[in-house]
Amino acid sequence: MEALKISPGFEKIMPQEYLDLVEDGPYGRGLTVKDLGTFKELIEEHPLCAGCGLGLSIRLILASLPNPENTVIVGTTGCNSILMPQVAIHNVHALFGNQNAVASGLKRALRIRYPNTHKDVVVIAGDGAVVDIGLAPTMHSWFRREQFTTIMLDNEGYSNTGGQESGMTRQGVVVNMAPVGKKFPKIPLHEVAKVAGCAYVATATPARARRLGQMARRAILVAREIGPTYVQIFCPCSTNYKFPPAETLTRAKETEITEYMIPEAKELIERIEKGPKSRGGEE
Amino acid sequence: MPERKVVSPEYMFFEAPREKKYLIGNEAVAEAVKRANVDMVIVYPITPQSEATHIVGDIYAQGYVKDYYRGEDEFNVMSAIAGAAMGGVRVFTATSGPGTLRAFEMFPAWAGERLPIVCAFMTRGVNAPLSIQPDTIEIGWLADTGMLIFHAEDPQDFFDMTLQAYVIAEQPDVHLPVGVCVDGFFVTHTREIVELTPEDEMLPPYDPRISPVVTMDMETVPVRHMKDPFVMKSNYISYNAHASWQQEVRAAAERARKYITRYMGSPVEVLYPEAEVLFMASGTAAAQARVAMERMRAEGIDVGLVKIKVIRPFPEKEIAKLAEGPEIIIIPEHNITGWLAREIKSRVNNNSKIYGGPRVFGGMTMPPEVIVEETKRVLVDG
Repeated sequence: MEALKISPGFEKIMPQEYLDLVEDGPYGRGLTVKDLGTFKELIEEHPLCAGCGLGLSIRLILASLPNPENTVIVGTTGCNSILMPQVAIHNVHALFGNQNAVASGLKRALRIRYPNTHKDVVVIAGDGAVVDIGLAPTMHSWFRREQFTTIMLDNEGYSNTGGQESGMTRQGVVVNMAPVGKKFPKIPLHEVAKVAGCAYVATATPARARRLGQMARRAILVAREIGPTYVQIFCPCSTNYKFPPAETLTRAKETEITEYMIPEAKELIERIEKGPKSRGGEE
Repeated sequence: MPERKVVSPEYMFFEAPREKKYLIGNEAVAEAVKRANVDMVIVYPITPQSEATHIVGDIYAQGYVKDYYRGEDEFNVMSAIAGAAMGGVRVFTATSGPGTLRAFEMFPAWAGERLPIVCAFMTRGVNAPLSIQPDTIEIGWLADTGMLIFHAEDPQDFFDMTLQAYVIAEQPDVHLPVGVCVDGFFVTHTREIVELTPEDEMLPPYDPRISPVVTMDMETVPVRHMKDPFVMKSNYISYNAHASWQQEVRAAAERARKYITRYMGSPVEVLYPEAEVLFMASGTAAAQARVAMERMRAEGIDVGLVKIKVIRPFPEKEIAKLAEGPEIIIIPEHNITGWLAREIKSRVNNNSKIYGGPRVFGGMTMPPEVIVEETKRVLVDG
């Protein structure tokens, strides 16, 4: 937490936004989605489209980090990558698809350097990055039981590159590069995650904000103690699916909310959530 | 593992006692990793590199290295190594030929991210047709990634350059990745006398606080990187940000020159610089050229040798000056593209006296007599 303070003499010249983050940011306060509106958020403005499901989902994830003061995000190319540089915690732009490989090295390095502090590594990446170009490193990080959380922002296509089909696009949908409709079903990565070694797997929607926040938080806490975790968030894309931005949340409800955890994860979550309010982090 | 003590780079390189061992190149580089105080190693198998990182795995098991794993492929290994370096630890990895190409997207990213990664490249031919044999073609491609590139001649060079690479890479005003290249099989699998520093002496640990870019550990101020990301903008400021960053990477490589001189002596080694015929070569081509030079001198032909140890930053001033004297410059290489000849020809005023060859590739050896015959032919035919 020492790193978050302003060096003496710099108080007057730092931008107001920075002062706000230091004085009223979420660092070290154990805030959650229900506290939104009462503190200076890690993300304030962003360049994503009106009605973007990603922008809202990322806002909810950031508000749910158990210890933002000790969290590093690994992102990758995609719509989210034009938002990430504006997030007020350290974040890495990996190349396209290698986010879980970068996160594997980063998490292990932080464990070497800070053996007594939980430094959470959270991958936030789009569906194409996770399930298509990055499937090998994603699954291999799970097979290796790497202790970080992977969050897929599923907008059912490559939105940033102009609305092409991805593995998460639904069968039959006509989009770019699927000119006569996608030929195969949405890849059930949340099912794959279970057999690949994830200790906690959830499918969420920003339409259920507190539930999404709870799932992101649980995933991060389980990753600290037990093993890899995966959260898949349905984030409809009004730009490429061509529906009015106001319909995003209505459409976001059209997904199944599921939660899976291995017995050790269940035990851990129960212990943390029933116990005295704890921020975790420093041991 | 013996109790180890930290020694300064200057002591290790110039003063420490040396013990002679009979090692192949792959053993020599592992001995360097043992003394380099490396935190983490991530690897993927490929011939002729694998044996080196098997041995590094053994020294991890003995406690010399803190973490080690086999990744899923070279691209993801180089990605994970980048993640580890961003997290502030000292890393090592290695690959060869096709693995280098598989991983290639990461090399300019390492340089652009200013990560002081040391990667050994045990060079090998690339497909197709299938080859696992020695060939240095990949060095020519690596030369334009922004990395520093060293080229070792023998197992001794491989040991020394790997240790020197860490010290040069981690200077705050450099802070760039270094590729330590060595000819596959000819060096990796060839046994020679190597003079090693004591096993219980290691380099000082890496200190991520000296990095010119932010270490991804949330230990420094969490200010937003930027309020208006450049990537999606089409304007002069965004282009200029990218352009100036690339220039700074190249400038950092320029700043490495003084450390190369300090820790490696010189980027080139010269024998008989006043000779009428100069061989200019790197790696085992330099070793073969040395033998060819000795044979020709015994016959009374005035031949000298310039061994080029550093390919990036290229020692252009040294080469341009050395090229003034001789009547003919011969550049033997272990690849078909002739990247070293191209490099030298572009740095020398009167380059019509440069003969790019002989070249062998596809795994063939370069016997000294090939260099001798080719040189005599050039001397007669011009």
